[in-house]
Order: sequence, then structure tokens, then C-alpha cells
Amino acid sequence: MADRTLPIDGSLDLTPPREGESTWLETLHSWVITVDHKKLGLMYMMLAIFFLLVGGGEVLFIRIQLAVPNNHFISPQVFNRLFTMHGTTMVFLVGMPLVFAWANYMIPLQIGARDMAFPRLNAFSFWLTAFGALFLYFSFLGGAGLYGVGNAPDVTWWAYAPLTARAFSPGNATDYWALALLVTGFGTLGGAINIIATALSMRCKGMTLMRMPLFTWLLVVDSGLLLITITPLTAAQVMLMLDRYLGSHFFDTQAGGQAYLWMHFFWIFGHPEVYVLVFPAFAIASEVIPVFSRKAIFGYPAMVAASVGIAFVSLGVWAHHMFTVGMTSAGNAFFALSTMLVGIPTGIKIFNWVATMWGGKIRFATPMLFCTAFLFQFLTAGLTGIMLSVAPWNWQLHGSYFVIAHFHYILVGAIVFNVFAGIYYWFPKATGRMMNETLGKWHFWLFFIGFHVTFDTMHFLGFEGMPRWIYTYPADRGWDHLNLVVSIGGLIQGVAVLIFAYNLISSLLKGTIAGNDPWDAWTLEWSTASPPPAYNFATDPVVHSRRPLWDVKHPEDPDWKYE
Amino acid sequence: MMLPEWLRVGRIAGFVFLLAMFLSSYAFAEGPQSTPSIFAPTSTPAIDIHHLSLFVLEITGAIFVVVASLLTYVIIRFRAGNAEDDREPAQIYGSNQVELAWTVIPVLIVVVLFLTTARVIFAIQDAPMPQAALDVTVIGHQFWWEYRYPKQGLVVANELHVPLSDAKQPTPTHLKLLSADADHSFWVPQLMGKIDLIPNHPNEMWINPLTSGLYVGQCAQFCGVQHANMLLRVYVDTPEQFAAWVNNQAKPGMQDPSVAEGRRVFETEACMNCHTVQGTAATGRFGPDLTHLMSRDTLASGEIPNTRDNLRQWIKSPDSFKPGALMPAMQLSDSQLDQVTTYLETLK
Amino acid sequence: MSAIPLVPGGHEQTWHLPSRGRVGMYCLIIGECAIFTIFVVAYVFYIGKSLNGPTPAQVLEVPIFNTICLLSSSVTIWLAERAIERGILRTFGLWWAATIALGVTFLIGTGLEWYKLIYHDGLTIRTNLFGTTFYSIVGLHATHVVVGLTMLLLVLLFTLTGHVREEHSERIQVLALYWHFVDAVWVVVFTVVYIVGR
Repeated sequence: MADRTLPIDGSLDLTPPREGESTWLETLHSWVITVDHKKLGLMYMMLAIFFLLVGGGEVLFIRIQLAVPNNHFISPQVFNRLFTMHGTTMVFLVGMPLVFAWANYMIPLQIGARDMAFPRLNAFSFWLTAFGALFLYFSFLGGAGLYGVGNAPDVTWWAYAPLTARAFSPGNATDYWALALLVTGFGTLGGAINIIATALSMRCKGMTLMRMPLFTWLLVVDSGLLLITITPLTAAQVMLMLDRYLGSHFFDTQAGGQAYLWMHFFWIFGHPEVYVLVFPAFAIASEVIPVFSRKAIFGYPAMVAASVGIAFVSLGVWAHHMFTVGMTSAGNAFFALSTMLVGIPTGIKIFNWVATMWGGKIRFATPMLFCTAFLFQFLTAGLTGIMLSVAPWNWQLHGSYFVIAHFHYILVGAIVFNVFAGIYYWFPKATGRMMNETLGKWHFWLFFIGFHVTFDTMHFLGFEGMPRWIYTYPADRGWDHLNLVVSIGGLIQGVAVLIFAYNLISSLLKGTIAGNDPWDAWTLEWSTASPPPAYNFATDPVVHSRRPLWDVKHPEDPDWKYE
Repeated sequence: MMLPEWLRVGRIAGFVFLLAMFLSSYAFAEGPQSTPSIFAPTSTPAIDIHHLSLFVLEITGAIFVVVASLLTYVIIRFRAGNAEDDREPAQIYGSNQVELAWTVIPVLIVVVLFLTTARVIFAIQDAPMPQAALDVTVIGHQFWWEYRYPKQGLVVANELHVPLSDAKQPTPTHLKLLSADADHSFWVPQLMGKIDLIPNHPNEMWINPLTSGLYVGQCAQFCGVQHANMLLRVYVDTPEQFAAWVNNQAKPGMQDPSVAEGRRVFETEACMNCHTVQGTAATGRFGPDLTHLMSRDTLASGEIPNTRDNLRQWIKSPDSFKPGALMPAMQLSDSQLDQVTTYLETLK
Repeated sequence: MSAIPLVPGGHEQTWHLPSRGRVGMYCLIIGECAIFTIFVVAYVFYIGKSLNGPTPAQVLEVPIFNTICLLSSSVTIWLAERAIERGILRTFGLWWAATIALGVTFLIGTGLEWYKLIYHDGLTIRTNLFGTTFYSIVGLHATHVVVGLTMLLLVLLFTLTGHVREEHSERIQVLALYWHFVDAVWVVVFTVVYIVGR
């Protein structure tokens, strides 16, 4: 895409390049000790992509085991560790780092700042996450060692009491789970604090809160939610460790404790957590869809309000994960209602995105392909969520493959799709090179097909009574054909992701040069060089509207006349 | 390169068609089936849930059709045309009327959905039990099911027998759900949704089966290494069948002198530490009650058919069928295995 | 000089953003409140549910003196903040030291209370649900007091070596904010444990 933009005066990097290349050791050292938000953002991204591949590898074993009934590909012990690690990895080592990858890289650039508010805290948070991840995966080497999958956690990623009590989990598997996540949890807290402080205290002149890009808005709301989302999990994990090591009785049913207290605490974390994970997907959609439709986002204030609304309502729906634990009918009714209510602001967002595309001139480059698929898939996932909110129906669907299908529709169909969109969109900014469009389209179509083959089919397995967390199933249940189809879809997705990985690396090495603004976009990051210089902007930008570059490119029709 | 629009729309239509075919294939199921589908209910609460689910599917289906069609239309109609036209389209920043409309309509939909949902919640959870209801206490263990019939004084394992009910004169079964160890969940889809078994937190549910036969399900809350093989078998018996079964279960354990050898193996090789055989010295409670072991169709909580060979192999090595099961292999010799199997085969 | 050719009509407003230290500390406090809330919920949920062992009414004595010390330390730290705002470093140092002394007194008082409970009343974290929830919530609070005192001591050291000056008053206030939070949490813990739960 030809660069047709006028850069904001003074924002280009005019310093000549450094004489002489660094040695690889010097380069590595500069990355390890960095406090630069761009490098840290990229490190979070590399961590996330790495663990996406690891988590994907784990599920490959799972799907081979489940492809046929009564399979003996892996033992139940190994299976239980693999699915626990798959869930834990995807949520805490992929989904959460992605929040910080996007936020750390993009927010200072989008608000015209030099760096995050607390650069050293930023680095500290990243390394806490990285070491927590290392600790979690060290568990594979514990216990009986690697091929028995060691001492990896095997209690599902929910780690329900009393299964996690010493009596039922005598080894250290549960300890790895709790301690690793305690460590990454502190990293998360630091990251969230940093994001909020940055957005509130470091905006460039003229950028009021209601002129921040929606991408930034969503990640700031996300961080606010994180402050009170990750901390209940920290508290519950401390209680779990006290039970296991100091003999306390928080979840000890023999001493009068209640197992469902863990459930409440876990889901008070766990439900808002899924909104924490999905907000970056909303953020990316809110940037990509307008730019590729050539229109401003429809209803910016409503989008902000809906995001804040979703964050608030999401704090009051947690027990919809507990409809089967024996709450009163009034309790079940309350949580059914609150869950249905969260569909309203979410629906508003979908409508706003569609309205943004309405009347536009849509270019279906790879980022937009992924975002369009996201819209269909997020709509579907929201509707299966409504189905799950109907408590009596939930009594059938809970703990079945229908739920797995629903949340993968969000985690993969909404989040991963939009993460791919975001990478194709911002890769040129971060590296100065375009990703290959042809490979991008192969990646998209294969992933789209594989995704639907797997996860559309999976809903029906739930309807047919297949529960979760089972390492095998009898031959006479009639689940065999659908399971085989689900597994095949997984392989297709795997191939697509490999194409993506190849595209990533080869584009890094020999992609076409991108220029400042290959997509003809409107937010501040596109006004500086690709990749941005260390200081981001040579002079502090001053903005007067939500789309500063639109104002520059269309001086006869600037946004500030209409906002 | 984009797929032709007809193919994209066709994909969605095809999915809807498949869904309709699938659902209709179960709409007229009349009795128990080996695939425990939630769309083939034969017991009142499951039937109520089914009706509610169809209503919800209609609403969510309609929403999907409307929004997906809109999205498809937008994709087709507003594609960027030729590359020469560089002008940007009209920039629309919002519209109060439109935004109000698509806020109000979802609110109304939520109101309708919630009211219908709440009605069914209260109808199922707060339904008063008739006097004729059968009471059964279900106790979840790792990895088997214990059933106690307090009024009949029975303790059985792994295969639940309940009486067939009638729409006009209902004889539902009221289940009290307890757990001896971790969390479990009782899920027989054709009879009712699942309710969890949580230690120190008794739960309740009820079923009202209107068609007799064998219904299958399994534990639906991860409870440890053999969660996958904690299978459920619910036999909905006609009144005569049920009475006969109760009569048989109430008898004490068979005392056949010809299998005294096997019985001694049973009692000296620590079997009685975990298992009960009514009327003998074996009063262990950790494992299933074996008094009428031969009245069951399966072993290991539904996992294997109850045959002599399977029984012998199970005793020899539970791990060979159910790796991680809490019954240890007692290292019996071949002759001991033969004897104890022969003894157990008399426990009809 | 604005880099954008067209500037909307109107005056240049002063561009004022909140201090990042303050925002960061408020965020940390919000997160910490969530952690404490979970422990308070567990405490309240388990009131009266212990199966055995000493009950709160049997063994708990209301720690009036301790509480007065801790809450007064909020006053002394506030006085210290006022002093450094005005650049009176000696007064600042004195009030700062007083705050630390009061905090340490509180910790000693807690230690004495725990000694009595453990060795005379036989109440430990594993005795019953009351023991579990009591030691965890009071212990969590005490941990935060320890962290706070460590930071306060560091500042005192810097003050004594002459490194703290008037221009650091903003940072001092951010740290004082944490200390006020710790005191406020004690009000909640005190009410739940010694009044509601006894």
C-alpha cells in the first residue's frame, strides 16, 4: 500500500542510523535489560506466541487421544495433566501476556507519549510473568519426570476444592499451579497499574480521555477490571497454599469448611477474567474495522460506555459457572438475569462495528478478513452464551462439550482471530516490513475452515451428552464420528498456524518495506517511523480530535468539527 | 481472493440446515438410547428444560439470522470497488435514534428470556414432592456411585433402579446428593440436568421418568484420574420389575457352603476392609457393597460387562481396566483368584 | 507552535494531568482492597461455623490500645506530610519517626496477642475455622504493616542522611497514602473480627 500520508511535523526520526552493527550478545543483552515499552511489548508478544504453540501442541495430543473411542494413545494421568496445562497455559501464558503485549507496545504510541508511566515496573512485571511461566513448565520435570509428564498440574485449570487438598492431591502438582500463578499474578497487577497510570498521566496535549483511541480506552478499562479480577485469585491461591501447608481449613470439608467457597472465589476471578482476555480483541476490532472500511467508528461515546458497562456487569455474573452446585432458585434466577444483561452492551458493540462498515468502502486485506470472521464468530459465541445463561438449560449444558465449544468460539474465534488481525495490521509498524498477503490469505482460510470444522461440530457433542475432562469414552455412546471430525479440524488449524509462523519469520527477513503509514490510518502511531525510534516522537504531538491523522490528511473536513 | 458471496452465505445456510436435521432427528425419540442426548428427554424436568431450550433456540436463531444477514449484506454491498476512486466515503459518527433502538430491543428480549427462564427454574427447583415419591440418597465416591434407599433399607452400588412414573399418578424419585470425597456431578441427560455432589453440602434433585428402560450418563465434574469412567446406569423399572428388584436387594448375602474357600479368601485377603456383604463379617464401606454383585449388568461403575472373566481380571488388576482406580491389586495367586471369583458369582 | 495546520478556534487551555505516582498508588490500593475483601468474606462466612475449639468470645480481647496506636500513626504521618510540604525537615523527621514508633508498637501488640492465643488458649491456624480465618486476615494485615514500616524506615534513613528535601513531598505523600490505606484496612478488620465476629 503506497504511503500517501503527510507525517505530523517533527515526528519523523531524522537522526542518521548508528554506525556499525552490535554483536548478537550485545543485542541479547539490550533486550534482557530493556525498560523500553516497545521491546517489552514485543517480548510479551513473543512469550504469548511461544506458549500458543506449546498449548496447541498439548491439545494435539488430547485430540489424537479423543479421535477414537477407548483409545490408549496416552494414559489418563498424562491426559489430565495435558488438558490442565493446556487451559492454564492458554489463559495465563497466552491470553494475559497478550493484553500486556498490545497495551505496552501501543498505548504510549497512541497517546503521544515517550514510554509507559513506570518503565522499570514494566520490565519487572514482564520478568515476573516469564519466570512464573518457567516455574509452571518446570513441573513437567518434577515427580516421575518428563515422559510421565512429571508433576504437572492435573486438577483442571479451575483447581476445584477439595480435589486440591493434600488428601486428594498429595504430590506437588497443585503447588506448581498455585505458586506459578501467584508469581505471574503479581506481574499482572504491576502491568495493570502501569497501563492505568500511563493513560491517565501521560497523554499528549489535547488528548482528552474522550479523544483517546478506542484501542487505548479498551485496554485501560481492561486494566481497571484486572485490578479487582486477578486479586481474588491471588487471595484464593494464598488460602489454598495455607490449607495445603499450614493445615488451615478454608476449603476443608472435614473441618466444616465449604468446597464451594473456592468455587465462588475462583469464579469471582474467573468470569471477569474472560472479559479481560476478550477486551484486546474488541480493541483491535475498533481500530482495524474503521480503517479498512474507510470510516470513523460509529458511536464512539456508546462504545466507551458499553465497554465500561461490560466491565461492571461482568463483576456480577460469576455464579453462572455454578448453576449446578445447588444454589437457591432465587440465586440461580439472579445470575441468569445478570448474565443475560451483559449481552446488551456486548450486542451494542457488534452493532456499532457493523454500522461502521455500513456505507464504507471495505478493503478485505488480511487484517479485515480476520476481523470480519470475528464479527460472525463473536455473534455466535454471544448467542451460545445466552443459551448457557438460561439456568435450567445450563443444567444440561454445563460441564459438557457445548461449553468447551462456546468458550473456544470466544477464545479462538474472537480473540485469536483478532490477534492475527492485529499482528498483520501492526507488524509493519513494529518491524518496518509488510507481511505477505498471499500467505496471509492462505493462513486465514485454512484457519477459518479448521476452526469451524472443530468448534461447530463440538456444540453437537455437548447436545449428545459428552461431558468435559474425560480421557476416553465408550464406543456405544455415538460420539466417535463427531470426535474424529473435531480432531481433524484441529490438525487443519495447526497447519494454518504453521503457515502464519512461517509468514512471520520470512516477512521479518524479507518483507516489503512498509513506510510510516501503509494502511492510510488515522491514529498517532502511524505518524512516526516504522519501526518507531526509541523516543517515539521527535516532538510531543498536539491533537484536536480522535483521529489526528485524518485531520492532517483532510484539512478541509477535520474531525474536530463534528465531535 | 475472496470466496464468492453465494458460497459464504451458503455456508451459513448449510449450518442451519444441519442443525435443523439434527434437532428433528431427536424430536421424536421415544425412550432410552445409547447416545444420551439432551434433546431426547423422557422425564418431566428434562422435558421442561427441552421445551425451554427450543424456545431459546428460536430466539437466538432469529437474532443470528437478522444480524448475520445484515453483516453479509454489508460485506457484499460496501466492498471497495475500483482502485481509482480514492475519495473517502461519508463519515458518519453516530445516530441517537439507531443506537437507542438497538439498545431497547435487546432489553426487551432479555426481559422475555428472563421471565421464561425464571418460571422454569422455580418450577423445577421448588416443585413439591408427592408422598408417593421414592427417596434415594446418592453418594459420590472416587470413582463409583453408592445408592441408599432409606425407606427400603437398601444399600447398593453403581446401578440405580427407580420406578416408572406416570403423568397422571406421578411417582417421581427424589435424589439427595452427597459426596464422600471430591466433587462429582450426577448427569443422565435424558432424565434431568446435572446437579453436583459436593462434600459437606447436600444437594437435591428429582426425576420423573415416563418411559421405562436403561438410561446412561456419567459423572460430569472432574473428580480425579478416573473421572471418565464413573459411568451412570439408571434402570427405570415397571412397578413389577421394581418390586422384584427391591425384594432381591433386601435379602442378605447368599451363604453357599460350596464356595466356602472363596469366601475365606475374600475375608482374609483384606477385601472385607473395603467391601460389605450383608449377613457376613464383611462390613467395609470404602468400596461398593457386593451383597448382590451378580444382580448388576456391569462392573467398575458401568465400565465393563459383568462376566466371570472380567470379574476375575478386575480383581487381579483393577488398573488393567481403570488405571488409577482406588482398588489396589491384592496380589492374589491364580487359585485364590478362581476361588474368590467363584464365591462372588454366588452373590446374586 | 502546533504542528497541525488548522487549529480550532478558542483559547489554549492549560493541560493538567494527574500525577502518575498517585494514580499508581490508588490502583495498587484498589487491587489490595480486593484481596482483603476476599479474606473478609471468608471470615464473615465462617463466623460460628467452627466444629470445635475456642470461640472468638472465649479468647479474643479487644485490642483498644493497639488500635489507638495504629490510627494515631495516620495522624502523625499526616503531620509529617504537612511539615515536608512546608519544607520543615526537622519536624518532618520527628513526626515520621513517631509514625514508625506507633506502627512498631502495633506490631508488638499483635505479636503479644498471638503469643497468648497460641500458647495459653491453644488457638492456631489449624485449630478450627476461627483460627484459620483469624490468623490469615490479621496476618495479612500485619504483613502489609511490615511492608509499610520497611518503606517508612527507608525514608527515615534517607532523611537522617540528608537526602530527603522539600521537592520530595509529592513522593512522601504517595507513600503516606499507602500507610493510610493500611490503617483504613485495620478499621475494617477490627470491626469484623473484634466486634461483629465476637
